[in-house]
This record gives sequence, structure tokens and C-alpha cells, in this order.
Amino acid sequence: MQPTATFFSGFSPNDLLFLGGAALRTLWISLLAISIGSLMGIIFGWALSVSGVAGSFTLAPFLDIFRSVPLIIQLVLFFNFAPIIGLKLDPFEAGLIVLLVYTSANVANVVRGGIEAVGEPMRRAARSLGMTYWQDLRYVVWPIGLRAVFPAWVGVALGVMKDSALVSVLGYVELLKASQILVTRTQETILILAIVGAFYFALSYPVSYYASRLEKRWSQ
Amino acid sequence: MNYNFHWRPVFKDLPDLLDAALLTLEVAALSMILGVLIGLGLSLIRIHMKGPVKWFATAWVELARNTPALLQLFFFGFGLGAFGIHFSPYLIVLMGLTFNNAGYLSENFRGGFNAIPDTQMRASRSLGMTAFQAYTRIIIPQVLRIVYHPMTNQMVWAVLMSSLGMLVGFRELSGETQFFASKTFRIFEYFAVTAVIYYFIVKIILGASRLLAIRLFRY
Repeated sequence: MQPTATFFSGFSPNDLLFLGGAALRTLWISLLAISIGSLMGIIFGWALSVSGVAGSFTLAPFLDIFRSVPLIIQLVLFFNFAPIIGLKLDPFEAGLIVLLVYTSANVANVVRGGIEAVGEPMRRAARSLGMTYWQDLRYVVWPIGLRAVFPAWVGVALGVMKDSALVSVLGYVELLKASQILVTRTQETILILAIVGAFYFALSYPVSYYASRLEKRWSQ
Repeated sequence: MNYNFHWRPVFKDLPDLLDAALLTLEVAALSMILGVLIGLGLSLIRIHMKGPVKWFATAWVELARNTPALLQLFFFGFGLGAFGIHFSPYLIVLMGLTFNNAGYLSENFRGGFNAIPDTQMRASRSLGMTAFQAYTRIIIPQVLRIVYHPMTNQMVWAVLMSSLGMLVGFRELSGETQFFASKTFRIFEYFAVTAVIYYFIVKIILGASRLLAIRLFRY
């Protein structure tokens, strides 16, 4: 009998460490995208709400593009466009930039909804009490609008965390890419997909659970 | 910038891309129809049932909502292969999208059901309707009206998610684009045109849903 070479080796505890590292990378890229993207989104959302007609013909359609084109297409497009204009980006940077813009476009929409949720009479009342425009935004619009759209914002943030899986297409080794690498080596598809699913679930479920609890408490 | 754009091959293949776009629409629409039916079932189970059936429905909804859609596609595509169950790429995408849609829609429906006062049910039962009649004729039409806007959003999501088909070998709009792009190496040009097509698909869906809303919600 011929000795056979084995190309595949089973799933070992070491691979859990590999997956853990990959989960941290997923967490890192999504935390960056969510935090910076939300800040940008708040600015865009505010701009949308104050710019009126001008904004609805310039900024709004521009942001709308990022919500109407699949993220995976945006990623491939940007990753292949960057070298054309002479940018040298690695998959992490390219993925992060696309995720940032994607997050900010979605958050902008949420924020605009939040600002519009605060009634005009309330804001006029704030101004007539002698608040400046910024005090009105900070002490009237922010707390009321935040309550109105916090669940939607959590939804966007969790969505971005899950969508960060698509950065694997560019070759950034986050959780999903790591699972593909392991599947190729170990051939134990179902086990590894289940473990990776559990990782994502563990990242996402506590946040969504806490958010829905908070929503219930606020609505009382 | 010393890059020459080559748009001609893209425009030559445009008819094929548009055919693929129809396939995208088809799979998204089918997954929506199935997703609405299953989502309704799941939310009714979660409201009325107890025990293992309820756990199953809850597990479905939470798994669909808390894991990436791509992972769900991979599960139907490659995961089930471990049990010797193999599906065509079309079915993989359809099942993955349906699983995801049903989970998200079920959560919307649950909110919709909670918004309908109990008196509606009692009134229709006391008029002699069976529970089934009461649901299909009184409750569910009102729920569908409440969740009309989230459902439109979900349809848009289904179209956008179907682009993941390209990673499981399904030749819908994205898969077809990737196929042509790797044949000609004009990756940017092909994907740019595809992005435009997706944009218009989404606009058409939103426009159609707005028109439909005018027709549906006259009174």
C-alpha cells in the first residue's frame, strides 16, 4: 500500500485561538467603523435636517447611493478604484473606509429622523426661553431625539458589525475569512460554521438584548 | 492617473447583466413572499405557543437577526453539505435570504400584532368568525398595513443581500458581473455599471411601493 500524504488536519484547540484573534479583528474594524461612522453620521444628519431643499438635492442623494448599492459591490469597487487614483490601501484600510462611509450614510438617516422627531413647537419654546441654537440642540433635541432613534441606531451598529464580514472579500482575515481558511484545512464545515456563528451571536445578541430592554424601559 | 477606462466590453455585455438583474429581482421577490409567510407563522407561534415549538421559532428569529447573512448563506451552501445535502446556488441563495427575511420580518410582525387591540379579535369571534377567518380577514390585513414600510425596507435589503450570491457561485447580477470582470479584468468598469443597476433597482422598488401604497391605503 502506498503511503498517502494528508493535506487535511482536524480541528484543534489552537484553532480556537486563531478564531478568537479573528473575532477581535472583526470587533476592531466594526468598533472603528461604528464610532467614527456614527460621528460622521451625526454631522451629516444634522446637515440634512438644516439644509432643507439644497441638502435634499445634494447631500441626500449622495448618501442615498451608499444605502442603495450592496456593500459587497461598494467594497470591490473601492478596492479596485483606489489604485487607479494612486492610493495604496491594504484590505483593512479599504474595508474600513467603505464601512465608515456606509455607516455614516445609514446613521445620517437615523439622526435626521431623530431631529425631526423633536417637534418644531418644542424647539421654538427652547429658543424663546433664551437658549442659543447649540444649547437647544444639546439640551432639547439631543435627549429627546436620542430616545426616539436609539433602537434604530443600535440596529445600524449591529448591522455594520455583521456586514463587516464582507470585508473578507478583500482578503482581510476577520472572523468569516478565518472560518473559510479553517474549513479549507480541516474540511469540518458544519463545526466551524457553528463556532463562528456562535462568535457572531455572542458579539451581537447581548447588545440587541440590552437595547430592547432599554427601549422597553424608556417607553414606559 | 494613468489608467485607461474601457467601457466598451461592459456595454457589450449589458444585456446579459440586465438579464442577471431580473434573476436578482426574482430571487429577492420569491424570498420575500416566502419570508412573509414564514415570518407570519413564526410571530404567531411566538405569541401563542409554548414549549419546544416556541423555542424553535425564537431560535430562528434570533439566529437570523444576530449572525451575518453571509454566514447564513454559507451554512445553507457548505454547512449542509456535511450531511450530504447539496443544493443548487439558486436554492442556496433563496433559502439563505428566506431564512434571513423570515427572521427580520417576524420581529416586525410581532410589533404589528401587538399594535392591534384585543377587542378586534373578540369582536370578529363574536360575529361568528372562526379564529382562522378572524386572522386572515381582520387581523393580518391590519398588521400588513402597519408593517408595510418595514416590509418595503426588507425587500430592498433582500435585493442588496442577494448580491452575496456571488460568493456561493450564483450568477445573479453580482455573480454575473464577477464572471465578466474576471474574464476581461475590467473589474472597476463592470462593478461600477453593476452599482448603477442596483441603484436603479432599489429606486424602482421604492417608487413602486410608494405607488402601491397610494392604491392600497386609499381609505
